[in-house]
Amino acid sequence: MLILECPCCGVKGEETEFHGGGEAHIKRFGPGSSEEEFHDYLFAKENPRGVHFERWRHVNGCGKWFHVARCTRTLEVFGSYSAQTTEPPQEIRDAITARRPGWRWREFS
Amino acid sequence: MSTRLAFGGRRIDRTKPVEFRFNGKRLKGFAGDTLASALLANDQVMVGRSFKYHRPRGIVASGAEEPNALFNMGQGGRFEPNQRATTTELFDGLSVTSQNHWPSLEFDVGAINNHLARFFPAGFYYKTFMFPRFAWKHVYEPIVRQSAGLGRAPKDRDADRYEHFYAFFDVVVIGGGVAGLQAARAAGAAGAKVLVMEQTADWGGRAMVDGGTVDGQPVAEFVSESLAALEAMENVTLRTRMMGAGVYDHGYLLGYERLRDHSPDAPGPRHRLWRIRADRIVTATGAIERPLSFAGNDVPGVMLASAVRDYIVDYGVSPGDRVVVVTNNDDAYRTAIAVRQAGLAVPVILDARLGGGGALAEEATKLGIRVETGMGVARVHGARRVEGVSVCAQAGEGAVLERIACDVVAMSGGWSPVVHLWSHCGGKLVWDEAEAHFRPDGDKPPLGADGAGFVVPAGAANGALSLGAGLADADAAGRRAARDLGLKPARSAAPEVGDAPEAPIEPVWLMPQGASAGLRMKAWLDYQNDVKVSDVQLAAREGYESVEHTKRYTTLGMATDQGKLSNINGLAILSDALGRPIPQTGTTTFRPPYTPISMGAIAGEARGETFQPLRRTPMHDWHEAQGAHWEPVGQWRRPYCYPRGEESHAAAVAREIMATRESLGLLDASTLGKLIVKGPDAGRFMDMLYTNMMSTLKPGRCRYGLMCSENGFLIDDGVVARIDDQTFLCHTTTGGAERIHAHMEEWLQTEWWDWQVYVANVTEQFAQIGVVGPKARKVLEKLTEDDLSADGFAFMAWKDVTFGEIGARVFRISFSGELSFEIAVPASHGRALWDKLLAAGQEFGVTPYGTEALHVMRAEKGFIMIGDETDGTVIPQDLGLDWAISKKKDDYLGKRAQARSHMSDPNRWKLVGLETVDGSVIPDGAYAVAEGTNANGQRNVQGRVTSSYFSPTLGRGIAMGLVLHGPDRMGEVIEFPGTDGKTYSAKIVDPVFYDKDGEKQNV
Repeated sequence: MLILECPCCGVKGEETEFHGGGEAHIKRFGPGSSEEEFHDYLFAKENPRGVHFERWRHVNGCGKWFHVARCTRTLEVFGSYSAQTTEPPQEIRDAITARRPGWRWREFS
Repeated sequence: MSTRLAFGGRRIDRTKPVEFRFNGKRLKGFAGDTLASALLANDQVMVGRSFKYHRPRGIVASGAEEPNALFNMGQGGRFEPNQRATTTELFDGLSVTSQNHWPSLEFDVGAINNHLARFFPAGFYYKTFMFPRFAWKHVYEPIVRQSAGLGRAPKDRDADRYEHFYAFFDVVVIGGGVAGLQAARAAGAAGAKVLVMEQTADWGGRAMVDGGTVDGQPVAEFVSESLAALEAMENVTLRTRMMGAGVYDHGYLLGYERLRDHSPDAPGPRHRLWRIRADRIVTATGAIERPLSFAGNDVPGVMLASAVRDYIVDYGVSPGDRVVVVTNNDDAYRTAIAVRQAGLAVPVILDARLGGGGALAEEATKLGIRVETGMGVARVHGARRVEGVSVCAQAGEGAVLERIACDVVAMSGGWSPVVHLWSHCGGKLVWDEAEAHFRPDGDKPPLGADGAGFVVPAGAANGALSLGAGLADADAAGRRAARDLGLKPARSAAPEVGDAPEAPIEPVWLMPQGASAGLRMKAWLDYQNDVKVSDVQLAAREGYESVEHTKRYTTLGMATDQGKLSNINGLAILSDALGRPIPQTGTTTFRPPYTPISMGAIAGEARGETFQPLRRTPMHDWHEAQGAHWEPVGQWRRPYCYPRGEESHAAAVAREIMATRESLGLLDASTLGKLIVKGPDAGRFMDMLYTNMMSTLKPGRCRYGLMCSENGFLIDDGVVARIDDQTFLCHTTTGGAERIHAHMEEWLQTEWWDWQVYVANVTEQFAQIGVVGPKARKVLEKLTEDDLSADGFAFMAWKDVTFGEIGARVFRISFSGELSFEIAVPASHGRALWDKLLAAGQEFGVTPYGTEALHVMRAEKGFIMIGDETDGTVIPQDLGLDWAISKKKDDYLGKRAQARSHMSDPNRWKLVGLETVDGSVIPDGAYAVAEGTNANGQRNVQGRVTSSYFSPTLGRGIAMGLVLHGPDRMGEVIEFPGTDGKTYSAKIVDPVFYDKDGEKQNV
């Protein structure tokens, strides 16, 4: 059972307080997109052993969505940040680099 | 024979006799006994039958690792199977029966399996029950079911109470032996908030039996002094009878406290499950002695050497008069010495090591005990009880050198650190060649959220087996845990211990090392699941190279003891058979709980009425008073129908429908989801959520809308009312309110966060009543002056209406096909309005109706129901709802998906009505068969029934279904074989069965 911190209300909570929402930073493709773009948007998800970016919602708390950067291998949490962004903020990237130099995830590093 | 000694027994109180029953026999013990020690004191050496071969089995161990002594305990609501005698504290009136035999423990018909053992090799089940195929269902499965399982499942409701505790500590120490106490003392003195838990009722662990001196005083003195020091610390909590059940991610830990198992009549909960978060967890869980694998090592009377001395020292019980000790290490000499000091005989110590033992061996020799080195047990004699052993050279193949009479064999194959809790959450192990055991790899601990290790092993659990080494290791562990928390522990305060020099252990995985096939077939690894050395070797020969596969194939370590005694011995045999070193073979996965915990403790308080909350509408009490038959819908309970007196449910439903269609029905629709969507961008947001164009809806008007997932599938439907320019009220299905609210929040927060929209779930703020039927307008006009006429209040409009003192919002919408008004009032006025309507409607024979009548009436009108016509794979186009999909919008959730090739495939099954040729009701979910068969030899299908009812209005069965090219096949008859053996022929028709032109609702 992970411990996560909600960046919206600042509460550090048990995993049961939250609900996972899959991969973060997915760009939506709507009408007009190619079959491949739409397929990848809906179905081609990252499944790394290591650094990963996820969406979580503080369902049994403030109700807000947020993002978490963590390691799927060690369960280490590098940090949580606002869901209202299209890429991980620099301080989160720095925190990951400090622990996992040379990390890459999709187009981010 | 085994008996109570005249003296000794540090745990028992001889002034307090206790009476208990075993298989109906009255037996006597003392306060402080365990059930196991009391049984041994009564010469009850044989305590059960093994699972597969029904061999007689006796008590092997003295603690949580016991595989054999499992009993049915208690009666009725307090009955529980598989209770371990070694961890069951004796109390007055305790009653147990032995398991896995018929008709009795002494005479068991199933013991025939023992003689047929060569027909039951490893993987027997997989090999035997394959052919012929039909025999599985009719012959094999009934037999396997009959003989499967250990113990009986309880039948009655649990009579006890259980609870959960949430707790937070800096450091939790698991294990109250000397190592745990020392670690706790070090961490506690540094100021950490500490919890120490001990699974038994006593502190001090093995050291209390094994003795030794600490700082020049007996170890028992050291334990009391440590306890006193810990009790004096306000930051330290001490708990006995509490087991560390499991370690999980980020320092989550389950503690299982058994509060009343030892005194069932005391008040309070029976078990308490502690749900703990700890910054650091110190595992001072000790070590477990391993059996030796020799022929007949399962005969009652063959015990772990440590257990033999536990029974003598702790309980003053002699397991037998003549104890042969067989060992590969020095520790077992302690048993020989203890047996001799109790005045009993030790005919011989068989030490498999050619070089023999160290200081303890000298002590034994000084006591005059015969020691034979390089020797082992060839086989044990006796069936229900040890009668003697044949001695052989360990190096040979088992040629018998001598036969020695005895009634107990005390065996020791070395000690395995209890690494379970370290391993539960991913801590890695290393194989210690010198000690021949796995111990925690300090460099690879389980990691917490911050990336630091959060479990610190201590003492014997860390491989530091001797008293001195264990205490030093535990002291370091306690100080390390404190340091990790940013505290400043004192300098090392590890007590001084003079450990006697020991000769090293020599691993013995099979005795004798070249044992013949006949001996290997009688050398047990897993007592509880009846797995022998020969079974593991067979598995290896048959290609099971992975330890995890071998485990499942042979069932080694899969019993309720989870292989505490058998795992290491089994994998050593496997390694040998594969010619691969032990570390490369590896261990199976350690999974929580450490020992089984009660189902009651897991459930805690969540049972009966408190299992989950019940949501009540404002009219709930009225429904209850009318004797409504309830239908659970999510956490709500809705009336299914309101049967009168002896009326059947079907009759009640028919009556409710007819009354509504002919005059006036009332529906409690309060559970319907109500979501407010508000803001300058509300229209734009609504257009994305719904397939329809919602932004063009005029204030004061309603529109039926569909919502799809981004995958294109229909997820919810309902009527949207535009309240004002910036405000929409969205009705959702009863089960969909929370889900759709979350769906809206997700898109608003994670995709369109710059849109100015706010969503609120007001489902419980309003009561909603459907006033339905030809007399609906008439009854309402009795209660208000407002204009409800067809001209003044058009279909699919809403308006504010006052009913006396109650302000309401009335929607002219219909889900039944009748003239219908849905009235929403603040929840606090719901019951008052309901009562008013009942009174005013009396002259029209007003009839409240339930969910079944609602379902039937909507099906008569061909309206779809989310969850019936949809199942997560259905798109609106399948249901003929193209009219509700805007062609003008550039985008909405699901639009792109609905353009994918599979979604626009003309062969998708489409919604139609189905009319049985003979008027009967097709079974719900039945499939329509097509020509030919598929690859599995099953009939091809061309459709299925999604809703099916008896329509009282039409006097016949009606159904809706999805059928291949359905709308193009009107009038065609297709066949639906039912599971009842009948085939139903149904004509494809328009799904609207009743009032196709909508004349009834538009008046």
